[in-house]
Amino acid sequence: MRNYSLIGPDAERAVAAGLAAADWYHSDIPRKEMKALMAREDGPAIRDTAVLYGAMILFAGLGTWLWPSLWSAPFWLAYGVLYGSASDSRWHECGHGTAFRTAWMNNAVYHIASFMIVRNPVTWRWSHARHHTDTIIVGRDPEIAVMRPPAALRLLSNFFGLADAWAGWRRMLLNASGRLAPEEATFIPESDRPKVVAVARVWVLIYAATIALALWTGSILPLMVIGLPRLYGAWHHVMTGLLQHGGLADNVIDHRLNSRTVYMNPISRFIYWNMNYHIEHHMFPMVPYHRLPDLHERIRGDLPVPTPSIWAGYREMLPVLMRQLRGEELFLKRALPATARPYREELHLASGQPAE
Amino acid sequence: MTDWIDACATDEIDEEDVIRFDHAGRTYAIYHSPDGEFFCTDGLCTHEQVHLAEGLVMDHVIECPKHNGQFDYRTGEAKRAPVCVNLATYPTRVEGGRVQIKVS
Ligand code: FES
Repeated sequence: MRNYSLIGPDAERAVAAGLAAADWYHSDIPRKEMKALMAREDGPAIRDTAVLYGAMILFAGLGTWLWPSLWSAPFWLAYGVLYGSASDSRWHECGHGTAFRTAWMNNAVYHIASFMIVRNPVTWRWSHARHHTDTIIVGRDPEIAVMRPPAALRLLSNFFGLADAWAGWRRMLLNASGRLAPEEATFIPESDRPKVVAVARVWVLIYAATIALALWTGSILPLMVIGLPRLYGAWHHVMTGLLQHGGLADNVIDHRLNSRTVYMNPISRFIYWNMNYHIEHHMFPMVPYHRLPDLHERIRGDLPVPTPSIWAGYREMLPVLMRQLRGEELFLKRALPATARPYREELHLASGQPAE
Repeated sequence: MTDWIDACATDEIDEEDVIRFDHAGRTYAIYHSPDGEFFCTDGLCTHEQVHLAEGLVMDHVIECPKHNGQFDYRTGEAKRAPVCVNLATYPTRVEGGRVQIKVS
């Protein structure tokens, strides 16, 4: 039985087995090409951010205008996805600091996105660093979305933010009271803890003002704009996010075994900021989202064949999750093309049996 | 007493780039700044033991390839989480087209 706690027995086991902060597999790319792929620019992210915030203002404006008629529903649904799902990828890319070249732009979008997705920007910067150090290492990675055996109800409820957003709001209240959860203390350094509390307090004020406005006007409309879209618009980021690592190996140090690259339609890629190239992102987190398609072309010969669509991703993932749910120790292992360097099997004995 | 150690030719490092240099069981990163100067720091990031020579040089900043932590490579100052501990720096000079570093 896996224990996903960062302070539990699997955490100690991962360290003892050399899985923590290990030396991960990388595809070969000459330095010159890598430098070009890593190069930062502001243009693409400024364009995408203007489109994103512009569309949000437009949809929320139309939704408000048509409120409370049913005709407002499609606009809220569109607004919700941008608020409750696009914020996940903006949080992610700007957290890495790769979306823009200019630091304050990354920070501004990072803070706005963190608020929308209800992840404390200070806490989550540290938790995401751990996710990159110890991707899907049980007991080390605080961001494992699909635990084995999968908690089916929790996964489904997250399509409406029911588990993670509520946890985020509860955490916000805890932090605003000046306290940290015990697990947070394992990855947030002392010096950053006051910042966690300060941000939580600002958020509480924003929500309090929104709720006061809703009470004063006798309408939930203010909450349709702030807060609730984290629930009714969460489905897209959960749908894409589960595909990142779901059904694949854990306790390995080769991202080709624990991450999934999926081809997606352009709207999903805009919302998801190209994180569908997930093996590429984990192998080279310094490459900005807008260069991931180029990186993909460059190294695809060394990677498992990409999953052709979101639909195909669920068709390959769900049967494995179902079997894991029944307690089987297995994972999906994709074949590598002949051009790829093989997986280093000897390092990966702790992951269970391949599904095929 | 410390001596200058020959590290590499000046044209071995592109402008706004970094290379790895190993000497006496230790590893360093040597930078060529966009204004044509050379700098030297410890090779490994102070967050986790990842080599900075795989990272990205932007102006006077080196970004770590693992979690995008940043240092000013002229002073070693930690500029961006998750790095909080400064990086050690070492003097450099150019002699006859060669970059030399002085490590204690
Ligand atoms: S190892 Fe350098 S930032 Fe984490």
